[in-house]
Amino acid sequence: MKDLLIVSASPHISGRLDISLAMKAVILALLPALMFSVYIFGWRALLVTVITIVSCMISEAIMQRMLGKKITLDDGSAVLTGILLAFNLPPGVPLWLPIVGSVFAIVFAKQLFGGLGYNFINPALAGRAFLMTSWPSFMTKEWLIPTGSTLSGIDSITSATPLTLLKNPANFGPPEVIIQRLNEMATIKNLFIGKVGGCLGETSALLLLIGGLFLIIIGIVDYRIVTGYLVSFGILAFVLPTKANLPFHLFSGGLFLGVFFMATDWVTSPVTKKGRWIFGIGCGVLTAVIRIWGGYPEGVSYSILLMNVFTPLIDRFTKERIFGEKKKGVKL
Amino acid sequence: MSRSDLSIAIQSSENSAFLMSHGNVDYLRKMIILNSMLKGFLGGIHLLENKFTENLAIEVMPAPKRVYIPLSQHAGKSAKPVVQKDDFVKIGTKIGESEGFISASVHASISGKVLDIKQHPHPVLASAECCIIESDETEDWAAGMKEKHDYENLPKEELLSIIKDAGIVGLGGAAFPTHVKLSPPPDKPIEYLLINGCECEPRLTADHRLMLEYPIGIIEGAKLFQQILDTKHLIFCIEDNKKEAAKIFINENEEVRVLKTKYPQGAEKQLIKAVLNRTVPRGGLPMDVGCVVQNVGTCYAAFQAVKFRKPLIDRVVTVTGDGVKESKNLLIRIGTSAIDVVNFCGGFVDQPKRIIFGGPMMGISQYAEDVPIIKGTSGILVSKEVSSYEEGPCVRCGCCVDVCPMGLMPTEIYKLVKNKKFLKSKDYGVLDCIECGCCAYGCPSKIPLVHYLKYGKNEVWRLSKK
Repeated sequence: MKDLLIVSASPHISGRLDISLAMKAVILALLPALMFSVYIFGWRALLVTVITIVSCMISEAIMQRMLGKKITLDDGSAVLTGILLAFNLPPGVPLWLPIVGSVFAIVFAKQLFGGLGYNFINPALAGRAFLMTSWPSFMTKEWLIPTGSTLSGIDSITSATPLTLLKNPANFGPPEVIIQRLNEMATIKNLFIGKVGGCLGETSALLLLIGGLFLIIIGIVDYRIVTGYLVSFGILAFVLPTKANLPFHLFSGGLFLGVFFMATDWVTSPVTKKGRWIFGIGCGVLTAVIRIWGGYPEGVSYSILLMNVFTPLIDRFTKERIFGEKKKGVKL
Repeated sequence: MSRSDLSIAIQSSENSAFLMSHGNVDYLRKMIILNSMLKGFLGGIHLLENKFTENLAIEVMPAPKRVYIPLSQHAGKSAKPVVQKDDFVKIGTKIGESEGFISASVHASISGKVLDIKQHPHPVLASAECCIIESDETEDWAAGMKEKHDYENLPKEELLSIIKDAGIVGLGGAAFPTHVKLSPPPDKPIEYLLINGCECEPRLTADHRLMLEYPIGIIEGAKLFQQILDTKHLIFCIEDNKKEAAKIFINENEEVRVLKTKYPQGAEKQLIKAVLNRTVPRGGLPMDVGCVVQNVGTCYAAFQAVKFRKPLIDRVVTVTGDGVKESKNLLIRIGTSAIDVVNFCGGFVDQPKRIIFGGPMMGISQYAEDVPIIKGTSGILVSKEVSSYEEGPCVRCGCCVDVCPMGLMPTEIYKLVKNKKFLKSKDYGVLDCIECGCCAYGCPSKIPLVHYLKYGKNEVWRLSKK
């Protein structure tokens, strides 16, 4: 056998990028935010992250074994789902909650639909949405007080997230005072650096921005989704009636985590160029609408999940124009 | 300033730097204006060029003991054999007559005895009828060849028939009969003749060496084509990784377009888009936008055919790869077997794992070592190591969509083909695929997309024939 020549279809060379390398790059881009989270919320943040990673990997392995598939833990996708899910949990949650979320994310959102590449919604966000609807009290109250903190002295008492303060200021004190403090320069600065209450990995806009730009530069994250999302959200947050200013809206909540790491998930976003613009803009509009008019203080995860569901439809209606094809509207 | 603007600015300044050193200021001004208008083409990728042989002069490989000349080396109908077993032939004797309009003649590349006409491994068709000739080592040429002929005053019909008779086909790879390309219907006036010196495939340097060593022959051949087509413009298109070659043509006062290196710039439609910003309609040909594209090797072969009445019996081939002792640029007789070529280059380094005819992106891997060089063979790559990949699931990253120079969605087409929805894959443009390999190169899941698309094409053709 060894004397025979190998015959294969062209091309005979291949790029260096493969799935596990891409996943590693995304994990690398998330590490600064994780380390910062450990710094402000303490070792519990790391514990929650480790729990989600391990339970995601175990669920993936068991499911693949049961479905008679090859076990592909080495592609790193389960690890990434684990990290992203942990980033979307309040750092003070009871420790069984991340396990339940991970199992739901991997088993129901990913493996039952065929595993990597076939899930129609982002598994980590699906896990978060499941926990959010099942145990809302744990998911919205277990905030930890960030170290060195500060939202001008408000959250050090209540540990509420900035967006909760914006949504229901009356629950925390005189509304005018709170709103005014939220719009202060010092607050914006803390939001940008991340010294505020919130989900485990979403607080530091700065570090997420650095990670996200790194992924755009190496070509793993598509700039169209990111630009469409940020610009459309920014315009609406500026134009629509809201009590907070634009930088507050941009740097608060999970916006940067969602924009750079969740909306740009390969599997659940459109493949066409035009489709990605539409997807990004759709996410931005929905996020703004939920935040400003909706019942929840934060709208990033639900808006991305909603747009995930639209992805097949977007792909179908934004087919690429084939080279030399007549412009649409002219039928031959 | 956007990224593409920036690249054009850099490109212009680079061009001006080397043009300045040549003092051709008028041309410099023209180039900068033209380059700033160049839009480039959609998609495409930047590859490691690995053109290790670009400084090696073309060597002439001596005639082998035995050649296997396939009767079908071109697009279109196979030639009809006009010699029989045991006939004696000389170099340039016609052994296959073209059949019909889209076909090309085939000539003996050595003098000797016809041993047999039978099935033999073929680099493109797997197996085809080949004329096997054993050398008598006299190296005699057929009558009337190797003499100089004047051709300035020949009418274009006669020039065309000489080119047709000489069996000239496109040497870029597709091997489309040249006389067909040079005979556009009268309702399609040709404005531009583009001479393709892009050689965008990594590793290959055959065209590059030809441009450096035989520029006058190429220019004469191109002028000949211009005379036949009666076009106003003749433009030499060369990528900026071959500046030395571009300089030579500029100094000969030819119109040269230096293009930013990008794969697959050498594909006809992409080249026309990059140079003239004209888009060949879907399913159409370059002549639909008033263009004809000819490879530099074809120009040189046509020049030799007209000047010396020398038929297409040899071509320049780059032999390289880690599996061959010495890399070379060789002038090889058509029909020489791969094993003879490798032996001339010092032999295999180790047990060869893969032999590719053509470049690494579009070349065809061979199953036999005695497969012959044909007119469209631009390179032989021998590897002793081959990395294999397992096909993963599509993760919808969209890389293939981003890089496809034809604006296709390879991921969608591959899924349709895999599920045997061939007719639907036709709606998605499977027949528009040029098989450049950009999609499969960048695929993080290592899906052999070109393989699926080629399969889909064949099935669509089969279904539409029924």
